[in-house]
Amino acid sequence: MTEAILSALLTVLTPIHFAYMLGGVSLGIVIGILPGLGGIAGLSLLLPFLYGMDTASALAMLIGLVAVIPTSDTFTSVLMGIPGSSASQATVLDGFPLAKQGQAARALGAAFTASLFGGLFGALILTVFVVIARPVILLFGSAELFMLGMLGLSMVGVLAGNSLAKGLASAALGLTLGCIGAAPATGEYRMSLDIDYLTDGIPLVVVGLAIFAVPEIIDLLRQGRAISEKAVLGRGWMQGIKDTWIHRWIVVRCAGIGTIVGFLPGLGGSVVDWIAYGHIVQTTKDRENFGKGDIRGVLAPESANNAKEGGALIPTLLFGIPGSGGMAVFLGGMVLLGIEAGPGMVEENLDLTYVIIWSLALANVFGAGICLFIAKPIARLTVIPYALLAPFMIMVICFAAFQATRDFGDLFALLAIGLLGVYMRRFGWPRPAFLIGFVLAPTVETYLYQAVQFYEWSFLLRPGVIVIALFTAVSVYFGAKHQPHAKGTLDLRLIAPRVLWPQAAFAGLMALTGIYALWDASRQSFLGAVFPAGVAVVTVAAALLVLWPLVAGHVHNPANHDNEVTGDHLNQPDAKGLLHYLWWLVGLVAGCYVVGFVIAISAFFVLFLRAVAGTTWFKAAMLTAAAVGFMVALAHTMTLDFPAGMLQDRFDLPWPIR
Amino acid sequence: MTSGRVFAIVLAAVSTVALALPGTVRAADFSGKTIEWIIPFKEGGGSDTWARFYAPLLSQALPGKPTVVVRNVPGGGSTKGANLFQSRAKPDGLTILGTSGSTQFPYLLDDKKVKYEYKDWRVVLASPTGGVFYVNPDLGIKSAKDLLKLKGKPLVYGSQGATSLDLVPLLALDLLGLDVKAVHGMKGRGEGRLAFERGETNVDYQTSSAYLKAVVPMVKAGKAVPIMSWGALDDDGKIVRDPTFPDLPSFREAFEMATGKAPSGDGYNAWKAFFASGFAAQKMVYLPKGTSDDILKTYQDAFRATFKTQAFKEKADKLLGKYEQAVGKGAESLNREAITVDPKAKAWVQDWLATKHNVKF
Repeated sequence: MTEAILSALLTVLTPIHFAYMLGGVSLGIVIGILPGLGGIAGLSLLLPFLYGMDTASALAMLIGLVAVIPTSDTFTSVLMGIPGSSASQATVLDGFPLAKQGQAARALGAAFTASLFGGLFGALILTVFVVIARPVILLFGSAELFMLGMLGLSMVGVLAGNSLAKGLASAALGLTLGCIGAAPATGEYRMSLDIDYLTDGIPLVVVGLAIFAVPEIIDLLRQGRAISEKAVLGRGWMQGIKDTWIHRWIVVRCAGIGTIVGFLPGLGGSVVDWIAYGHIVQTTKDRENFGKGDIRGVLAPESANNAKEGGALIPTLLFGIPGSGGMAVFLGGMVLLGIEAGPGMVEENLDLTYVIIWSLALANVFGAGICLFIAKPIARLTVIPYALLAPFMIMVICFAAFQATRDFGDLFALLAIGLLGVYMRRFGWPRPAFLIGFVLAPTVETYLYQAVQFYEWSFLLRPGVIVIALFTAVSVYFGAKHQPHAKGTLDLRLIAPRVLWPQAAFAGLMALTGIYALWDASRQSFLGAVFPAGVAVVTVAAALLVLWPLVAGHVHNPANHDNEVTGDHLNQPDAKGLLHYLWWLVGLVAGCYVVGFVIAISAFFVLFLRAVAGTTWFKAAMLTAAAVGFMVALAHTMTLDFPAGMLQDRFDLPWPIR
Repeated sequence: MTSGRVFAIVLAAVSTVALALPGTVRAADFSGKTIEWIIPFKEGGGSDTWARFYAPLLSQALPGKPTVVVRNVPGGGSTKGANLFQSRAKPDGLTILGTSGSTQFPYLLDDKKVKYEYKDWRVVLASPTGGVFYVNPDLGIKSAKDLLKLKGKPLVYGSQGATSLDLVPLLALDLLGLDVKAVHGMKGRGEGRLAFERGETNVDYQTSSAYLKAVVPMVKAGKAVPIMSWGALDDDGKIVRDPTFPDLPSFREAFEMATGKAPSGDGYNAWKAFFASGFAAQKMVYLPKGTSDDILKTYQDAFRATFKTQAFKEKADKLLGKYEQAVGKGAESLNREAITVDPKAKAWVQDWLATKHNVKF
């Protein structure tokens, strides 16, 4: 083993190998910055170049790319409130408020340092663990994975905010939405409304963008200011590095969590940030600031999501089972290079395995270094007036959402769930709880069904299940103990909303959604219906719990929250209505539907800059040309499509307006 | 010279050539063109890797060395990409489709989502694969002869869904009269294999390449017993032993060894059709409806040329298995087997899926 480690180290440090790794890292940073593209697009871009390359260099390039994406995707999460990938959704919760407070550079500095540490930690664990990992992975069967899913769901308790009923209702709603599409047990389509798009379920990327980014964009536009409330950014990133050192044990713990979640095949990388975030909130006493810009809320998910890549390499290398979309393409790359994943990777190919591990470690160092270096200038984006930035953001989220399945349905889903997000934000329904439910729905349902099939209900008595259940109970206990519950928080609010019917209507609508899900379940076979019916009952019950005090007019109930009465936009005398900017988005999607993306976004850009940002026609045209030109060039390099409209169906137009 | 003038000259030259050679059979030229290879699956899976292996070789082999890009259009269990190809692709040789068993099965089963018609398309290449069925040693059987000893034992199989490629093993066991509990919801054969390794399931199959790299070590360690392969199709459409696993009986032989008689009837006919569609002709390349003979021949020649390249010879065994890549007559015969199922056999299998696996049609 030592021999293999040493020879791998020598290979990794040869100049040619190093150069390829840096190439992968640079590409990874560029791709990671753009939300929604993630590792898959980047790896596909590299695959054609693998021919004729020597194996170690090619692997270094691939791994360089994979390793830095969870580092650089932090930029949009922190600066724009747009989750850069599904593994950095939780970073938005505290990273974006920090940016709004003018501390973007600090948040980025902390995030990259934590990423660096997490990545190194993952690689270190991998070095030791890879040789003995097989039997450990085999210990985690369907029953244990189900219980881990429940552990994830238990985080809802601490992410619920003021009203536990709202937290439960949000999570159950997320679970319900996650049941759309083919049932894992029977393959029958649930809640698909006979729409082909819905038979595959709604993609997580779209839900993440819609639920976080869309409401934030609208809110910032209404406030009519730059993202950062201060025009001068502090020294920042040194402070971020210090923060990481102060909270080093948090970083260590979350890196550990990230590695474990990554290395369990079947759990999927997209829950890792939530589990780490929930863990930190649960184990912290002074938690008032979480969600409002607590640096620990940035450190936790960022150390975990980089550590995850190291962990996720284990099932990929040892079993040929990729833990994420990015790992699937990495595995494809290995096949093209003629390397076979499997037990052989620790026997005859151990040196190659270590080349991969050490490249991962080095890529993390360089990726974090480069990101730190460019953090300060990029953080200046947050002082640009938001009206100028907004069309770019909207273009980026539409394009990113469309890359999820390259179906027009992606844009409709973005709009519909964006609307849901806007109202959840307005009425204080916790969006993180919703997203946790959505992410975990397929995991929990599939493994519950499989565990019952394999072991019947005695699966609950398996030692692994009991250990995880105890762990869940302990963490829920500590979470509840430190909860700053209802009594203290209410009286802080000087103006409690008096007009309650909009909130009540929303809660009622959510209850109706649950009833629809129940009705839909009644038409399915038992195995296809039992899970969605269960979560639908919880949705209805929790939504009614929210509804009751509102209907009864209990103004001082914690469920009472209406951002329209208490929000920041009130400082702005001529703030537009809540739906004003959503109509712009509707207009854009409708335009895409008629004339296709490129024409529609160009028109949108010019009109928006002119009408909202008040630029001259000339400036609007120049900015439009630059932005659309960039997008077209990007799509061309990566052979990505734009949404086509009716015009394109009717006429055969030249690319890019095809 | 302005670009406009260059364009005019080129246009004139091209039209002269076009006028001079009306209707003659000549190879298509793709200089400066981009060819889109639609893969109705996600990046990184088996079909994607297969296409990305071929793409650069094809690019070199086609006249004019066009750029060949793989465009992934996943969704609807691969029906979405195939539907797109059916409705959008023009017969100019600039769009090709790569399919897999998962594209063929919904077509054979009359899935509502299928809006494509295989018979419209022209097949260029067929890439066969195989599958090996193996069991947990605790079941106490050593070979296909003992298969019927499994009667009454609790057999558990980890499946991706009854209408996926797992239809083939599930149907095979059913024809043998063995009761197997199919636990669905596996996200790939890899997860199924993991469940087998954990002892959660006790019967499993893997396609050839996965079997060789992941199951053979288990067999050596005494943790798995190979029983049979599905077999392979010869030129006459008959099932023979899989060339990759010459020591294992095909399902047809295994059935005879176990029961003493050759398999027959609607159930077996259905099995054979789905086996052909899912394994013997698993991955195929098509040109759209109305493509000319010239373009078809150009593509056939190009694929044949890729087989002779160094890169192909080095990697093909590992990537594609020891199966002959079929072009021309061979591809057409495999294609026929893969996209046709006798109406009675179809009715039988639909009924079987509905009653045994709750599938709604």
